[in-house]
Amino acid sequence: MPEITRDEVAHLATLARIDLSDAELDHLAPQLSVILDSVASITGVAGDDVPPTSHALPLTNVFREDVVVPGLTAEEALAGAPEVEEQRFSVPRILGEEA
Amino acid sequence: MTEIVRSTAATLAERIAAGEVTSVQLTEAHLDRIDAVDGAVHAFLHVDRDGALADAAESDARRARGQARGPLDGVPVAVKDVLTTRGLPTTCGSKILEGWVPPYDATVVTRLREAGLPILGKTNMDEFAMGSSTEHSAYGPTRNPWDLDRIPGGSGGGSAAAVAAFEAPLAIGTDTGGSIRQPGAVTGTVGVKPTYGGVSRYGLVALANSLDQAGPVTRTVLDAAMLHDVIGGHDPRDSTSIAQEWPSFTEAARAGATGDMTGVKVGVITELAGEGWQPGVMARFQESVDLLVKAGAEVVEVSCPSFVHALAAYYLILPAEASSNLAKFDAMRFGLRVTPEGSPSAEDVMRATRDAGFGDEVKRRIILGTYALSSGYYDAYYGQAQKIRTLISRDFDAAFARVDVLVSPTAPTTAFKLGEKLDDPMAMYLNDLATIPANLAGVPGISVPNGLADEDGLPSGFQVLAPALADDRVYRVGAALEAIHAEQWGGPLLDKAPELETE
Repeated sequence: MPEITRDEVAHLATLARIDLSDAELDHLAPQLSVILDSVASITGVAGDDVPPTSHALPLTNVFREDVVVPGLTAEEALAGAPEVEEQRFSVPRILGEEA
Repeated sequence: MTEIVRSTAATLAERIAAGEVTSVQLTEAHLDRIDAVDGAVHAFLHVDRDGALADAAESDARRARGQARGPLDGVPVAVKDVLTTRGLPTTCGSKILEGWVPPYDATVVTRLREAGLPILGKTNMDEFAMGSSTEHSAYGPTRNPWDLDRIPGGSGGGSAAAVAAFEAPLAIGTDTGGSIRQPGAVTGTVGVKPTYGGVSRYGLVALANSLDQAGPVTRTVLDAAMLHDVIGGHDPRDSTSIAQEWPSFTEAARAGATGDMTGVKVGVITELAGEGWQPGVMARFQESVDLLVKAGAEVVEVSCPSFVHALAAYYLILPAEASSNLAKFDAMRFGLRVTPEGSPSAEDVMRATRDAGFGDEVKRRIILGTYALSSGYYDAYYGQAQKIRTLISRDFDAAFARVDVLVSPTAPTTAFKLGEKLDDPMAMYLNDLATIPANLAGVPGISVPNGLADEDGLPSGFQVLAPALADDRVYRVGAALEAIHAEQWGGPLLDKAPELETE
C-alpha cells in the first residue's frame, strides 16, 4: 500500500479542481493516509470469481414515453447563475491568455 | 410547551379530522416552538413561517369543503436541506450553495405538497450529507436535545433533532450510510431507510447516487409509516425508481402495534458486536432481543462474514461517486463564484470557488474519490469495493433465507460530545458501522428508540433490517418492539428527555 504523499494530494487536488492552500495540504495529507490505510484492508478480499456490483438492485434500459413534457423556462434555468448575459450563462474565458 | 406539539402525527391527523384543531393552529404551535427552542438546538437552516401558514390555511379551507387529500393533510413537516424546494433556499449545508433558490421541487417535496403537508422549513445537515454528527455543516452544528453539548448524529441531525425537540411532528431525511437511522438512535427518535428505489431521488442533491435514499424521520413507527405512504412509490423522473405497487406501510405498522411476534424469525448479526461497542448500548440491545423472544419471536444468531469489510468498501465507493457528483459545482451555472485577481480562466475560477465553497470533509472525500478512481489504483480500490458489495449482498441473501428480519444496535455508541471526533475522520466513520451494509445492498432498515445506556443516560437505537422490497416487515417488527417498550417504560422514551429552556 503506497502511502499518499503531500505532493500526491496536491496533484489530486489539481485533478479535482480544488485550489488547496499549503496549510490545507499539511492538514489533509496525513488524514488521507490514515483513511487509505484503513480501507486498504479490502485489497485482495474478493477473488476474480466475484462479479462487481454497481447498483444494489439492477435495472436495465429504463425508458419513458416519447412525449413532450414541460421543463424549466430559460429564466428559471438561469435564475441561480452567478452571471447572465443575453439569456445565456456568462462564464470566464476558457482558453489560456496566450491562445 | 403546549401539549399539542408533543402529539404524534397520527393523533394530530385524527384531531384535525375531528375538527378539534385546525392546521393553522397546529402549524403556528410548531412555528412558536421553533422560535422558542431552535436558537439552542439549531435544527433549522431556514424557517418558512409565511409559506407554512399559507399552506395550512389552504389545508383548512380544503377540509371545510370536504376535500381533504389524505390523512396527513394539514400536519406540518420539516425537510432536510438536501432536497430541492421551489422558492425556498436549498444549501445542502454548504457555502457553495448559499442563497440558492431552486426552480423546481424534488419529487418527495411535490408529494408532500400534494398530500397537503405544510412545510415548516429546511433542516441542518453535514455538508452534502458527509458526516455523522452534523458538525460538518457550514452553518454551525445542530445540538442534541437530550444534551446540548452533544452531537445529534448525522448527516441528518437537523431532522432528527427537530422531531426530538418537538419542533416538527414529521421530517424527511436521507440515508446514504446511516444518515437517517444513526441520528434516530442518538436522539431517541424513529428513522427509516426504505428499499433503494422505493422513494424517488429526483431533486435529492446526490452524494452517492447508488446509495442515497430519502425516508421518514419521526417520533413513532406509525408516523413513519404514514409519511412513507405519502412520499414513496414509482417516479418516472428517477430511472432507479422501482415500478411496482407497494403495500400500505400504515397497515403494517398498525398490525405490528399489537406487539405479537409469534412466528417471526429474527436473526442477530454476529459481526455487529464486540470491541468498540458501548456496554450500555449492548445491554439495552440484549434486553430488547429478550423481549422479542417473550413476545413470540424465534431468535437465532446469524453470521454475515463480509460485513467486516463494509466500512472500507463504503469509504471507497462513496468518495468515488461523490467526487464525480460534486463536479457539477463548477461556479458556472449556479451557486458560488469566486473570481481571483487578474484575468483568471474558467478553470482558475472553478479551483478558487471549490476551495472557498467546500469544507474540510467534502475536500477530503473528493480527493479520496479522485484517488480511488485514478488509473493504476482503480482495480485495487474501487473495483475491489464493488466486489465486496456483491459479497455483502450474498450475506444478506443467505441470512434472509433463514430469517425474516435481521437486528443489531443502530450505532455502536450513544451521542458523543461536539468536537470530540471532528478532526479524526476514521473515528467519525466508525459510527456508521452497523448502518452501512443496508445501503451497500439496498435493503430497508429502521431504527427505533431502545432505551438509555447506563453509563451516560443517553438514548440508543435498535435496528431492524429486511429483504429488499419487504419494507413492511421493518414497520411491523419496529411497531411491535415500540409497543412492548411503551408498556415497559410507561410511555415513549422521549418523555424522559430533559425539558429544553425556552426563549
